[in-house]
Amino acid sequence: MAKLNAAAVAKIREICARYTEEKTPLMMILSDIQNEYGYIPLEVQEIVSQETGISVAEIYGVVTFYSFFSLTPKGKYVIGCCLGTACYVKGAQQVIDKFCELLHVEPGGTTDDGLFTIDALRCIGACGIAPAVSINGKVYPKMTVSQVQEVIAQYLLLEEKGEGAGAS
Amino acid sequence: MAKINIKIEGISYQVEEGLTILEAAKTCGYEIPSLCTFNHGECNQGSCRVCLVEATGARGLVASCVYPVAEGMEIRISSPKAIDARRESVELLLSNHNKNCQQCDKNGQCELLYVANLTGARDDAFCGEHSEVHIDRLAPALTRDTSKCILCGRCIERCKNAHGLGILGYENRGFETFVSPAENRSFADSPCIQCGQCVNVCPTGALMENSEIGLIDEAFKAGKTVVVQAAPAVRAALGEEFGFPIGTPVTGKMIAALRRLGFYRVYDVNFGADLTIMEEGTELLGRLQNNGTLPMITSCSPGWVNYAEYNYEDLLPHLSTCKSPHEMQGAIIKSYWAKEHNIDPKDIFVVSVMPCVAKKFEKQRDQLQVDNLQDVDAVITTRELARMIRRSGIRFDKLPDEEWDGDIMGDYTGAGVIFGVTGGVMEAALRTVYHVLTGKEKEEITFTEVRGHEAGIREASIDINGTVVNVAIASGMKSAKVLLDEIREGTSKYQFIEIMGCPGGCINGGGQPYVRPQLLPNEDDDILDTYKEKRAKALYTEDERQTIRQSHNNPQIQELYEKFLGEPNSHVAHKYLHTSYAGREGFNELSQGE
Repeated sequence: MAKLNAAAVAKIREICARYTEEKTPLMMILSDIQNEYGYIPLEVQEIVSQETGISVAEIYGVVTFYSFFSLTPKGKYVIGCCLGTACYVKGAQQVIDKFCELLHVEPGGTTDDGLFTIDALRCIGACGIAPAVSINGKVYPKMTVSQVQEVIAQYLLLEEKGEGAGAS
Repeated sequence: MAKINIKIEGISYQVEEGLTILEAAKTCGYEIPSLCTFNHGECNQGSCRVCLVEATGARGLVASCVYPVAEGMEIRISSPKAIDARRESVELLLSNHNKNCQQCDKNGQCELLYVANLTGARDDAFCGEHSEVHIDRLAPALTRDTSKCILCGRCIERCKNAHGLGILGYENRGFETFVSPAENRSFADSPCIQCGQCVNVCPTGALMENSEIGLIDEAFKAGKTVVVQAAPAVRAALGEEFGFPIGTPVTGKMIAALRRLGFYRVYDVNFGADLTIMEEGTELLGRLQNNGTLPMITSCSPGWVNYAEYNYEDLLPHLSTCKSPHEMQGAIIKSYWAKEHNIDPKDIFVVSVMPCVAKKFEKQRDQLQVDNLQDVDAVITTRELARMIRRSGIRFDKLPDEEWDGDIMGDYTGAGVIFGVTGGVMEAALRTVYHVLTGKEKEEITFTEVRGHEAGIREASIDINGTVVNVAIASGMKSAKVLLDEIREGTSKYQFIEIMGCPGGCINGGGQPYVRPQLLPNEDDDILDTYKEKRAKALYTEDERQTIRQSHNNPQIQELYEKFLGEPNSHVAHKYLHTSYAGREGFNELSQGE
């Protein structure tokens, strides 16, 4: 299953080495890998397992437990729709449904062109501005269904101009 | 340990400090209904909530399996609140459980059904949606059915404790959680060694061996000549299935039962074990005298062989090329024995009764065929044999003691018997090696434990006519890894190493009867600590009773070499009795559609 190139393997080992002093380093290692590559496939988990001695099944369990971690590559723009209690009662479900409708993907899915991923998030701690949507770290407060089309259009425009931000 | 004062149901007791309520109550004569009392520290998550009790100083009810006793604590096990809570906990577990108990091979030994009965969880109190079901039937030895899983996590712990492997883990979250190898793979597509230790601790039917009783039925129906051979460790544990105390050898009754099940011949795998010693002892001498690859490592345990192929491909030349005893015997049955009996090998069906589930995997290896015929056709566990005996209406306890069939492969020695215990193969081999080098007999080899019981490694140095042989023994892959890493690093000081897959060897194999203290009211309280020793003692006693205790002195083995094999490690011997290994990728590329 060795599909990773040597540079990637070296990078993952380097990330693991950052936390050798930690008692429970797994979450930190996985966070760094998620931030570096945008996802954590099984091949990468195998290397983390070799480096840390934690079984692949346990790592896989952590990756599938937290919605922050992903097994598949995410789109260039990750649209995080908060579905926490406050956002939900303020209509977040309708907002995410609209994103899904316009982009033709299910929550958790990525558009065929690799541009957008829609994530359903639990509370992101922005209840005061519910319903909140976060796209690559930029927060859109008090989203309404009617704004969804416009938000998507902004990012498509950026892409057309070739100014799109690098995917996180 | 300091003693503290507690009260249970208003009655004062003194108990050791530091115990959990569950443990303390046990010392006072109470058995709080729970799932983990069966489990002896391999579950400490307190997640099932079956063992709830009332305790002063705690907020609400507490899980007695994890809550420690404290000075002055007053505990109520029988309060209405506690009784209702325990029943509801079990009802909640049952609400997401596949209750087709009559189709379940754990029926009769299911701990969930036991606590359901105990707590009075009769109604379908919380009927509703069930989690998605995942079933794995691809692996030759094991099946996994999450519809029976209660997410207790014992299998996860056992795999880690026994082997340091951790093949199984929790996947996903909340209602979607299930236990599986990473990526919800089959055991067949992960580096699982298929030892079956997880089956031994699974409280329900979620993890089971693949039953091969049906294959045997088919062979009988097809009119095949069905020959059975039983491994040493089976006789030390089969009696447990029929109410005999743990450690009762039931060799004679087992033979009688097998005969009544209709097998054409009933043989002891000990003959194959003696044959293994002849071949393996000779191989070891050859390697010692000709600068061969050392240390040589035994290859009887298919769980261990799987582990080596997945994790230590570079060390495979260290493995003895000898097949395991039942495979050797199967190959001889389908060649020499078939010829002597004038039976076409294609019409012979060889059944092995094993303490092991990995043998089910082993028997279908390409490397274990001769002339396109599998050496062994079906492998059943000790537990499956018990099922066959029960369904045939045989009263096991009423059976007479009978003897093995004596033709061609009926003789066996004490050396073969002790194969079932960790260290046994080593001792048996050294008895023969000692004889070859000195011309004298040595009865026993004494091993000293140098690294304590924890690591499970023992070693010895034996001086044979000036040749010092350093040997080591390990069982469970966690221990084996220590010895293997030494070889890899070039620091190993041994010439011969015995490795067994399951901790304690075959007596504690993945196919042996379940040890559930709750279901064994007549056993001692510490049975989980002592059952391995008791089963081992049954085998050592049988060894001591044998008049011949060295494999090379088995007359029928001598005859087999004279008439068929020539000499150990001969060309003919290699064709029938030796095998090869190949490295395997743990997480292989999945084929389309899986």
